[in-house]
Amino acid sequence: MEKETAIRLEGITKRFGDVVANRSVSLEVYRGEILSLLGENGSGKTTLMNMISGIYFPDQGHIFVGEKEVLIRSPKDAIDLGIGMIHQHFKLVDVLTAAENIVLGLREKGKFDKKAVAARVQAISEKYGFSIDPQKKVYDMSVSEKQTVEIIKVLYRGADILILDEPTAVLTPQETEKLFAVLRAMRDDGKAIIIITHKLQEVLELSDRVSVLRKGEYIGTVSTAEATAQSLTDMMVGQATVLNIERPEPVNPQKRLSVAGLTVVDGNGVRKLSNVSFDVYGGEILGIAGISGCGQKELLESIAGLQNVQTGSIIYHTDEGSEELVGKSAMAIREKGIRLSFVPEDRLGMGLVANMDMAGNMMLRSFKRGRFGLSDRKSPEVLAEQVKDDLEVVTPSIQTPVRRMSGGNVQKVLVGREIAAEPKILMTAYAVRGLDINTSYTIYHLLNQQKEKGVAVIYVGEDLDVLLELCDRILVLCGGQVSGILNGRSATREQVGLMMTKVGGAS
Amino acid sequence: MTFFVNFFVAAVLMGTTLMYGTLGEILTEKAGNMNLGVEGLIYMGGSSGLIAAFLYERALGAGAVPGVSVALAFIAAFLAAALGSLLYAFLTITLRTNQNVTGLALTIFGVGYGEFFGEYFRGVGGGRLQISEAAGAIYSKPLLPAFLRDIPVVGKLLFSYNFMIYLCVAIAFVMAWYFARTRSGMSLRAVGEDPATADAAGINVTRYKYLATCLGGGICGLGGLYFTMVSGGGNWSTGAMDGKGWLAVALVIFALWRPLRAVWGSIVFGALMIMYMRVTQFHIPTEIYKILPYVVTVIVLISISIRQKRENQPPASLGVAYFREER
Amino acid sequence: MNRKEPLIRLAKRDDLGTMNAWIIRIVSIFAALILFAGLIVSVGYNPVSVYVAMIGGALGSPLNIQQTIKIMIPLLGASLAIAPAFKMKFWNIGVEGQITVGGICATYFALTFQNSWPSGVLLPVMCLAAAIGGGLWGMLPAVFRAKWGTNETLFTLMLNYIAIGVVKYLQGGPWEKVPKGTQMIERFAQTARMPNVWGVTAGGFIVLALVIFMYCYLRFTKQGYQIAVVGESEATARYAGINVGRVIVRTMFVSGAIAGLVGFIVVSGINYTLSDSVAGGVGFTGITVAWLAQLNPIGMVFISMLLAVLTKGASTINTLTHNALPESMSDMLTGLILFCMLASEFFIRYRMIFRTRQKEAAK
Repeated sequence: MEKETAIRLEGITKRFGDVVANRSVSLEVYRGEILSLLGENGSGKTTLMNMISGIYFPDQGHIFVGEKEVLIRSPKDAIDLGIGMIHQHFKLVDVLTAAENIVLGLREKGKFDKKAVAARVQAISEKYGFSIDPQKKVYDMSVSEKQTVEIIKVLYRGADILILDEPTAVLTPQETEKLFAVLRAMRDDGKAIIIITHKLQEVLELSDRVSVLRKGEYIGTVSTAEATAQSLTDMMVGQATVLNIERPEPVNPQKRLSVAGLTVVDGNGVRKLSNVSFDVYGGEILGIAGISGCGQKELLESIAGLQNVQTGSIIYHTDEGSEELVGKSAMAIREKGIRLSFVPEDRLGMGLVANMDMAGNMMLRSFKRGRFGLSDRKSPEVLAEQVKDDLEVVTPSIQTPVRRMSGGNVQKVLVGREIAAEPKILMTAYAVRGLDINTSYTIYHLLNQQKEKGVAVIYVGEDLDVLLELCDRILVLCGGQVSGILNGRSATREQVGLMMTKVGGAS
Repeated sequence: MTFFVNFFVAAVLMGTTLMYGTLGEILTEKAGNMNLGVEGLIYMGGSSGLIAAFLYERALGAGAVPGVSVALAFIAAFLAAALGSLLYAFLTITLRTNQNVTGLALTIFGVGYGEFFGEYFRGVGGGRLQISEAAGAIYSKPLLPAFLRDIPVVGKLLFSYNFMIYLCVAIAFVMAWYFARTRSGMSLRAVGEDPATADAAGINVTRYKYLATCLGGGICGLGGLYFTMVSGGGNWSTGAMDGKGWLAVALVIFALWRPLRAVWGSIVFGALMIMYMRVTQFHIPTEIYKILPYVVTVIVLISISIRQKRENQPPASLGVAYFREER
Repeated sequence: MNRKEPLIRLAKRDDLGTMNAWIIRIVSIFAALILFAGLIVSVGYNPVSVYVAMIGGALGSPLNIQQTIKIMIPLLGASLAIAPAFKMKFWNIGVEGQITVGGICATYFALTFQNSWPSGVLLPVMCLAAAIGGGLWGMLPAVFRAKWGTNETLFTLMLNYIAIGVVKYLQGGPWEKVPKGTQMIERFAQTARMPNVWGVTAGGFIVLALVIFMYCYLRFTKQGYQIAVVGESEATARYAGINVGRVIVRTMFVSGAIAGLVGFIVVSGINYTLSDSVAGGVGFTGITVAWLAQLNPIGMVFISMLLAVLTKGASTINTLTHNALPESMSDMLTGLILFCMLASEFFIRYRMIFRTRQKEAAK
């Protein structure tokens, strides 16, 4: 088959402050193929694609479309070159209709002719197998419908290079199948398609070739036919998946927390958790696995007192007695003397205050201390120094705003603070996301230390290999339900993977 | 009936300054810029227009052509306010300063500008800053032919006004059509709702914001011109325009950011502003009438936030600077 | 395609240092003065002598200084009121109205009890009433914002004119002095007037105390810390167990209460009566003062002093030139200074990256 280059990148580098998001990345995509861009979270996939679609401008490097070198300075330039990107967070104007969003920004001559637009939308839909009501307002649409509008939008603009950023993250399995069918139809039509993902199974199922990024660097490209899940994982993480994470045996486990019949319904009436029950013991690490959006966030936030719970109970046990957490606010839980620490997923947006320095961030836990309404500012400073030394936080000084630190150091500040509170329960959400290997191991080590101290550790993770090597037990969530609880020492990837996609896991 | 007709006509005459200011601010806010400088822009437009006409007539004496005087006043009023808005646009869009603070600075500057030059040229004119009667007549003369005006009731209600009022209503209709029916209007709404999305769609966010803000400012300036030329009879009086710009900001909310609602909204506000002179039988203190527009606006503001109907919300990015590489 | 990369791109600057930042700000003030000098020349005056006369008019004699301080007191007070709200990113532009309501409350007690209560009772009551009144007026939009997300900028703005309208009603109605028709309220009796110290109202000391209070409140107290966290990120605040709605409402009470105190100082210490111009625009100018001072109370002292000097200086110029240079020139100059200082913040926060890749691309 004759291969015709659609787009080629050469030596692309992009920095954000001190952080290098992409270092000298080169990449080539042909017409009539689906290329998967694979990499862990934070490996620079989205940043790279944002440079092709004109959101960011590269610091160094060259971009060729066809054979010609181009400069893409704005999304408009990208569109003119036939490049269309479907972002993970949809870029649609809520108050406009599907048709209005589709033609938004197009500089076609003449009046805005609703009928003509609707007809063309219809034609595109039929060609690739979509269905959409052009007059529907975006705010009335489901996630899948919005994605459809996004795809039609770039096709309408005549894009022949399509970039999709984690398109399946928000879809049900059925919707994913439909999307894949559409993407294949477009490939057969001669379009070049890049799909950003970190899901191996989808890569193997859908794409023709796979390019791998790791920590902002280009690792290589292989043909999917020659790749296996193992070989791709190796490329992604850079070493064999045997991680050699230490895992001490739990000593004298004590029941610390019992969750029973927990049900959470969000503001839109969507059931996020249904009838979730499990126990957590001191001295163990309980892993929680599940595809994104299956209720991990709501589960942790319910325990932390940040979520409205419809029914169920969360009981905290100590030697002195037990305490119901449901119905208590985060502050009430803390004031009850319940030693609960929480490292949330959104570090700078929730766990920390980006514009404050380390000391100020330490105060988030302790600002209530101090006399006469004055908050104690001295001990947070001492604590900040201590965390900086203990966890080897790299920062010019504890007066530097945390937003200027690198991701790994930010996480050390957050974890350091939560551990310093001497918790009985420590919850972490995606604690190593975007961190380098060394920092990740530091975090694993810290969690193990807590476990050995008798703390009940809850570890929500996305990397199955880590879950399988770190955790004593693994709770698998699927669509807000407990799919099963496995022994971390005997469970296999396949078992967990199956349970993540289907309650109970048995096929 | 005559009472009602006269009252309505007076309300329209009173409300037109607001209508201009509101339409200008709607255009600005639709692009996501909340310009609290309307008060200043009205002052800048009003004083500049009057001064331009005054200087022209003074220079040519009896040889001055009234039509030219009017044209110059229009250009000066529009340009002065558009330049004031350009300053606001440059600060908030390019230099990303806080919109509230910058708008207030523009109000302080604009009111100072208006009062300073108004007073200064009144000094130059020997205590009077005034346009010729011939030019003044152009502003006050009804635009439409007599046979229309002579239709009973309707003629007076709809056809008896001067050209600046019809011009303003025309601007409202053009704006409504622009927002609803044109591609460019859609792009402008997208910029105000979600600039990142508009940017990704290839819309030049900066250009739309600049154009909408400057054009909107210019329209506010015409409101000032209307006030000095029609309400003020072509004569400068210190402090007379006080508060009109803030009422216009209120009216934007009352009108739910829709140009055609601004038309009848301005008549309602105009009516509230003059009611104390006409409706005396209820024994309601006059000042209570004067705060009614604000009270009504607060009620509208509260009710749209409680009901959360999507079409009635302020442009979603209102007040927020846009920076593409923000991370 | 033969197009170049953008000529100038922007990047956030790392800390410039407080010293350098203030140097840029001071330079920007001079830039405004130079711009304004052009205007002075164009109307036929010598800018140097105008500026010298302005400074003389504002600071040339003890009496002049007293008058300048009189202008400065409410302005500084208003900007202090704004600080906690803006720190929380709650855009309270209703200080004008909160000052007015404070003035109304104080005046109510003054007019009712000035002939029956001694000063020592009346003044504290007026002061307290003004603070509570202003605080409640400020709390009103906060409650709606906390509960329904009602846009606070527009809400607080509207409340200004409602408050001022109420004063207009009072001064032309129930509180109008006899004989009727003046649209004015009787000046307070001595019992309702704050004493002067060194020719300036004792209210000045209240404002000075407020400077220190606000500095400490934002910097050292638990509430100040909560305000900062809510302003930076509501999600983090909730995570830390802070009741966001309560902090918003409480902070706006503080903000409004300080504004109310300013209202009390103006009616009882400066004007000795209530009028619809009790706030006289300081609620708005105060916002720009607070913002330009980075919400730092010490910085507000200097910026409000600068603007007070300009205002007093301009009124002197007006007298000296027999109205040829109207007093409102101070507003224009103030506006220009605000513009220039606002612009200077950009250069403090951002770094410009000029095009450097041209040669490389040409290869």
